[in-house]
Amino acid sequence: MTTTEKLIQMVIAIALFIGVMAAILLLTQRLKSRRGERIQAVAFVGPALFLVAVGLLYPAVKTAYQSFFGANGENFVGIENYIDIFTNSGLLVVLRNTMLWVLLVPTLSTFIGLVYAVLVDRSRFEKLAKALVFLPMAISLVGASIIWKFVYEYKGTENTQIGLLNGVLKALGFDTYNFLFYSPWNTLFLIVILIWIQAGFAMTILSASIKAIPDDIVEAASLDGVSGLKMFFFITVPSIRPSLIVVLTTISIGTLKVFDIVQTSTGGRFDTSVLAYEYYFQYFVSLNQGLAAALAVVIFALVSPIIIYNVRQMRKLEAR
Amino acid sequence: MTTTPTPEPAMVKETPGPTTGKKSASRAAREGLTSKTASGVSLVIALLWTLPTFGLLVSSFRPEREAKGNGWWNAFTDPNFTLDNYREVLGGEGDASLVTFLVNSIVITIPGVLIPITLATLAAYAFAWMKFKGRDVLFVAMFALQIVPIQVTLIPLLSLYTSPPFNLRPLAGRDAPAGGLYELWLSHAIFAMPLAIFLLHNFMREIPGELIESARVDGAGHVEIFTKIMLPLMAPAIAAFGIFQFLWVWNDLLVALVFSGPDVAPLTVKLVNLVGQRGEDWHLLSAGAFVSLVIPLAVFLGLQRYFVRGLLAGSVKG
Amino acid sequence: MRSRNIRHATIAAMAATGLVLAGCASDTSTSETNTAEGTSPGEGVEGCEDLTQFGDLSGTEVNVYTSIIEPESDAHKASYEKFTECTGAEVAYEGSNQFETQLIVRVRGGNAPDIAYVPQPGLLGTLVDTGSVVPAPEPTAENVDEFWGEDWKNYGSVDDTFYAAPLGANVKSFVWYSPKMFEKEGYEVPETWDEMLELSDEIAQKGDMKPWCAGIESGEGTGWVLTDWLEDALLRDVGPETYDQWVNHEIPFDDPQVVESLDRVGGILKNSDYVNGGHGDVNSIATTTFQDGGLPIIDGNCALHRQASFYAAQWPEGTDVSENGDVFAFYLPVTNEDNGRPVLGGGEFTVAFDDRPEVQAFQTYLSSDVWANEKAEATPGGGWVSANTGLDIELLGSPIDRLSAETFQDPEAVFRFDGSDLMPSAVGAGSFWKEMTSWITGDDSEDALQNIEESWPN
Repeated sequence: MTTTEKLIQMVIAIALFIGVMAAILLLTQRLKSRRGERIQAVAFVGPALFLVAVGLLYPAVKTAYQSFFGANGENFVGIENYIDIFTNSGLLVVLRNTMLWVLLVPTLSTFIGLVYAVLVDRSRFEKLAKALVFLPMAISLVGASIIWKFVYEYKGTENTQIGLLNGVLKALGFDTYNFLFYSPWNTLFLIVILIWIQAGFAMTILSASIKAIPDDIVEAASLDGVSGLKMFFFITVPSIRPSLIVVLTTISIGTLKVFDIVQTSTGGRFDTSVLAYEYYFQYFVSLNQGLAAALAVVIFALVSPIIIYNVRQMRKLEAR
Repeated sequence: MTTTPTPEPAMVKETPGPTTGKKSASRAAREGLTSKTASGVSLVIALLWTLPTFGLLVSSFRPEREAKGNGWWNAFTDPNFTLDNYREVLGGEGDASLVTFLVNSIVITIPGVLIPITLATLAAYAFAWMKFKGRDVLFVAMFALQIVPIQVTLIPLLSLYTSPPFNLRPLAGRDAPAGGLYELWLSHAIFAMPLAIFLLHNFMREIPGELIESARVDGAGHVEIFTKIMLPLMAPAIAAFGIFQFLWVWNDLLVALVFSGPDVAPLTVKLVNLVGQRGEDWHLLSAGAFVSLVIPLAVFLGLQRYFVRGLLAGSVKG
Repeated sequence: MRSRNIRHATIAAMAATGLVLAGCASDTSTSETNTAEGTSPGEGVEGCEDLTQFGDLSGTEVNVYTSIIEPESDAHKASYEKFTECTGAEVAYEGSNQFETQLIVRVRGGNAPDIAYVPQPGLLGTLVDTGSVVPAPEPTAENVDEFWGEDWKNYGSVDDTFYAAPLGANVKSFVWYSPKMFEKEGYEVPETWDEMLELSDEIAQKGDMKPWCAGIESGEGTGWVLTDWLEDALLRDVGPETYDQWVNHEIPFDDPQVVESLDRVGGILKNSDYVNGGHGDVNSIATTTFQDGGLPIIDGNCALHRQASFYAAQWPEGTDVSENGDVFAFYLPVTNEDNGRPVLGGGEFTVAFDDRPEVQAFQTYLSSDVWANEKAEATPGGGWVSANTGLDIELLGSPIDRLSAETFQDPEAVFRFDGSDLMPSAVGAGSFWKEMTSWITGDDSEDALQNIEESWPN
């Protein structure tokens, strides 16, 4: 295909899509009866529901079903795959690491993003300052893997250093350190990479919601003599609480799914693997379908506390 | 939640307060620390966040042998820069040219952002302000589906594209329409949906209910409310999410590898292949990474004013 | 899954008889041969004599999916020009360095390419299990019988059906060194394993560099370098027959002989006097990328690096890779004279997922000596070699390629395929990699091998 053909295809697709959307809105706009509103609701929610049902729900159900079968998906093995996960010591380490990721990444990146958003808010260099922290989000993971190679790369103390951290250690007269090797610290160093990426996301959304805090509330508080850290904890944080929950939730779920950082930096060796990577490795590399599917189901299960918490928050909000 | 201030209805004019001494929450918070500490801390964070990328930037201008042989900071004591890496990355003619892949990325990304955002905004509105049976259950289900890792869906989805039920036209394979672009757009729309609906729904819930109610009382239908009230109020939030979706689609590798034919492969696919057969050319990646960074960064800087106006600011201040 | 609509009405499922060359009664079954009718566009064209048998394929296209990417892929594309010229069929090429995982996805998703170049015979078995691989046509099998040894044909067969013809190959039993440095210091290329250890001691005692360097980090494949080491040592210690038994799991993975060979490897790689030149301590082997593993040789920080012929691509531009140059390789010495000169290697195989005439024609073309020599000519810079005995060694572009090809064609050499590529994926692309990584970082040989033995699927 030539460039022009591709661009034409794109325009056709967009036009087609806009046409369909406009038709839906126009056709349903006159409907006001009870029944009409039901049709409206279907028109609004239907396309999204359909896509998700076909593209996510169906594969998820299929995966759950596969988790009761053997490596090539043929022999029924009952819950053997699950027993494997919870008894195999290697996989227990994977579970431990996953917990570390899910606890540390959302909290730390949200915390850093929040503090940074507050500190640079309405300062002279706000735009630049935000762009700098946002930058990692804009770099593809392929680029990020090289970036962090230049940070963590290890050479013995007597050799020329390529990694930044070991360069610093050597310059200060310490022995160099094999950052990605010694468990469990290596997992923490990998976690740093994701925090580096996600802090920009947290910062962006939280910064916007800080700006939305009505000025009169702040004024009232400062007239009462509230200032500084108290203002931060008693006014800022409660005011943006819904956004904080959204950010924490989004990053937690994103963290559970990340596999490429582990894949490119250690390949899951030295006790650094996480569930999502182990799924990928078992399914696509070791071709062990059943076990992989069971790992995916464990990921689904791990997220349920997050969902339950969010549902309860939504209920509270409705009751407000 | 009692401490959460209910935002003033937007219709109510802001009471003109004393302009002197007016300060934002964050500024007040910042004053608690001395402003020196505050700028010190923010400077340290900014530095830590930029330094690794800066190292890559420097490396991308170093000759192969040096980039592989010693640390990038040596470039300052022993300056030796070259454009060779960029020349090699940008070189190549015809189908191998980076421009072809750039075009592909753009063609994939624009519908890959527009389609899911439109659908998600509609759905989010319905979940937030329409009343229908099963609404909450459906919303929670939608939200929960965020967790399905993309890898899990690849093979079932590809099977559906290659051999769809009811004799529909296959979207993948040798005779795929538009070289497989449709399956890419569709896949990106699917994968974006749960998070987009979740985020947009949360922003929409922040819009005061009175606003919707009063419009309903005035006899406006949902379509009218959606197009006349909701869309203008949500514009910043939609734009902001649009930027994130843009970044995710632009930087996506996994979906592209599975669903794009060689004709329409995006920049990321070209980028991973830059490292060479056995990963020997990773010095070229440093240059390639910056080339692919240009457009997302331009989009971010260009649309940053939406972030400044804020995701919610629009909704509260009308 | 072979329901793809075949667009050519002219397909005649000809019996293979007309095309069979005399004398090669193949013991493995093959696919029915589909040939296009019509006069080949190559009829009467110079250089097309061997390709007119495919008939007129004008207007057809074969798509090929491989792990070979730019710039190496350019020579591949160039080598297909003759095929297109002589038969009229176009070849659409797609290379990806994510090939191995993506091929599985595409095949299981029903979107298989026409032909894929698969580097692991073990993976071939998995693909055949999905039911979408078609057996090779008779003419392909004949070419393989003619130009390759029987062992190569077996690697491309599953359960007595021949599917995949060999394509390129590489020699793994090489030790890279610096001929210039060797000459300056008066070192000699060792002929036996013991001589190699004596040389290592000599270099270690001298003290300007560690004798050995290695790196096994390779993303999800981390550890594969060590599986090659073990296989090379085992092949030398126990001979090809026992090696085959081990690969096929007819003897336990942790047989005492295997433990011994692994300890032999440990005598070098776990010896802190020997490693890890230019990188650090023994543990640094685990975190150094295999690409960087041997680079200290050019900086004079390391003397020896065992790695396959394809490591030639890793040397920075401007490095003289030749017999008296900056770097070159010698054959990894033997440990036991009784076992001949075993060569460990690897290679790709052409797997077809469709039996349209143009696909079969292309598969046959790739298995011929015509293609091998075309490919050699298209790769003047070197970096490619094949075990095809019809290959003219003189056409190869670089000294290391010629050394590899000589090694393949050496009548005394006994070739064996990289064992981990033949084992079930759960081992060959799973526990074997993982446990070898644990082994280099401290696990003892018995434990590591026993863990792999336990992971072997029933």
